[in-house]
Amino acid sequence: MMDGSKGFEDALTGEQKIRNFNLNFGPQHPAAHGVLRLVLELDGEIVERCDPHIGLLHRGTEKLMESRTYLQNLPYFDRLDYVAPMNQEHAWCLAIEKLTGVVVPRRAQLIRVLFCEIGRILNHLLNVTTQAMDVGALTPPLWGFEEREKLMVFYERACGARLHAAYFRPGGVHQDLPDELLDDIEEWGKGFPQVLDDIEILLTENRVFKQRNADIGVVTEQEALDWGFSGVMVRGSGMAWDLRRAQPYECYDEFDFQIPVGKNGDCFDRYLVRMEEMRQSLRIIYQAIDKLRAPEGKGDVLARGKITPPSRTDMKTSMEALIHHFKLYTEGFHVPEGEVYAAVEAPKGEFGVYLVSDGTNRPYRAKIRAPGFPHLQAMDHVAGGHQLADVAAIIGTLDIVFGEIDR
Amino acid sequence: MSDALRELGTHIETKRADCVLGWEVAFDELTLDAPLSNIVTLVEFLKTDPTCRFSTLVDITAVDYPERARRFDVVYHFLSMYQNQRIRLRVAVREEDMIPSITSVHPSANWFEREVFDMFGLLFSGHPDLRRILTDYGFRGHPMRKDFPTTGYTEVRYDEEEKRVVYEPVSLVQEYRLFDFMSPWEGAEYILPGDEKKKEGA
Repeated sequence: MMDGSKGFEDALTGEQKIRNFNLNFGPQHPAAHGVLRLVLELDGEIVERCDPHIGLLHRGTEKLMESRTYLQNLPYFDRLDYVAPMNQEHAWCLAIEKLTGVVVPRRAQLIRVLFCEIGRILNHLLNVTTQAMDVGALTPPLWGFEEREKLMVFYERACGARLHAAYFRPGGVHQDLPDELLDDIEEWGKGFPQVLDDIEILLTENRVFKQRNADIGVVTEQEALDWGFSGVMVRGSGMAWDLRRAQPYECYDEFDFQIPVGKNGDCFDRYLVRMEEMRQSLRIIYQAIDKLRAPEGKGDVLARGKITPPSRTDMKTSMEALIHHFKLYTEGFHVPEGEVYAAVEAPKGEFGVYLVSDGTNRPYRAKIRAPGFPHLQAMDHVAGGHQLADVAAIIGTLDIVFGEIDR
Repeated sequence: MSDALRELGTHIETKRADCVLGWEVAFDELTLDAPLSNIVTLVEFLKTDPTCRFSTLVDITAVDYPERARRFDVVYHFLSMYQNQRIRLRVAVREEDMIPSITSVHPSANWFEREVFDMFGLLFSGHPDLRRILTDYGFRGHPMRKDFPTTGYTEVRYDEEEKRVVYEPVSLVQEYRLFDFMSPWEGAEYILPGDEKKKEGA
């Protein structure tokens, strides 16, 4: 009777004329986490079919990258997953370093690990708290964003920008960190577990939060494989798969950390995994700071060579260094022919770059493999049979950012 | 690492000689060239064989080489979380070839194949729902092809008079900047303005 027509007396017959509803969810819905348009087919309140329409934030990054030099392409990676920018840059740098065979100095590796873990905390803070907001809690995002702000100040002090860092460069990182920054990160780390505890007090045993998340959006191990999941989405389903441990890049094999896994593969387990990952990231941050302070952790932050700029002092005295600097920032460096796939454990899952080089200063083809893409694809499968209200909870826990999905 | 991959390469080649045109290990990565017709059985084999167990489809993409007769390379990446190994399949296809869809083996191939269709115009046979995915509703052309201009053909703006968004042919204030970085000492052909007339006369 919801179509407004008269003449059907359900009160008399005791029956109702039911028809399925097609609902347009988004693209401007606060729970859509960006510009997601979901076309939902509803049977009453039950989702029968869910068809995500993506591409509303498509900027043609991969096409643009083909006409720019390797170094000019780096900032595009900040704009993919803008919640944890440096983790994306990392994959691009690793791909170039793999092709050119450049070995990154130890201090730069440690700085990369440090900022990747800060990025992971940035991402999980945003995801956990906004997902809580999607299911009705307002305070967690306010508390979480306060910490994010502090972390973004650390980003700013390292590279000059809160979000679009362009800090990781092929061959190292752009600039060295001041010692006071390490002290301040350590100081912040002392207070952070308390903040996590506070958020957990609000959520973990909260009746509403549990009812909205426990047993919602269950993903089994087989489903996680079939749908190409990675990151928290497989760990929540009980598989201890983490690229930092399984295929260590940079110097992650030196660090002592644990990989939390879930049991049931539902939204609540994924929330718990993310909370624990933040604590583990904090452990890695502490270890990285210690290693940076140790004598082996000192030194240059760039592998001086053709793909990195010369030092400023060299440029003042050496003509060749000056020419090198000019050529590097106009023509850019050339990368040997070949194709590589480099992947990192980004906060959202496996973020990969497939790079085909033809030996010039521009990539012939660069494909960005975003973790959110297969996650969102499985939306129809995961959300089918759930209630409409659960769709918001599931989108939140899939950890979707449209910068990387639409590219 | 490379030795294990070489072992894996020979293993696949001996078991499935009809599906392997060649393989190589470069940069610690195994790349396998496969013929177009047997791609589905090969992917199924890679998924079920106990030494392979490539249970996760990581990515499907394509690379355009306009000068080749088989113009496109369709590239599949697989990951085995059990054996902790990766593999890349490369299939050379012509523009008009129909590529067998692997959605029956890996459901996650659905969107990846849609994206390849959208970006390169390659068709997949047996795909349940081959629509455009990233580009605009009603978009024409396949943007990742090398002969598609980066600027595109149309631009949109909101028309105040018609009160709606209108599509117009793209008009640039400044030409799209594509610099030529070829070194003048390494065989770039420089044609001075006016030289082309001389050839016509001769």
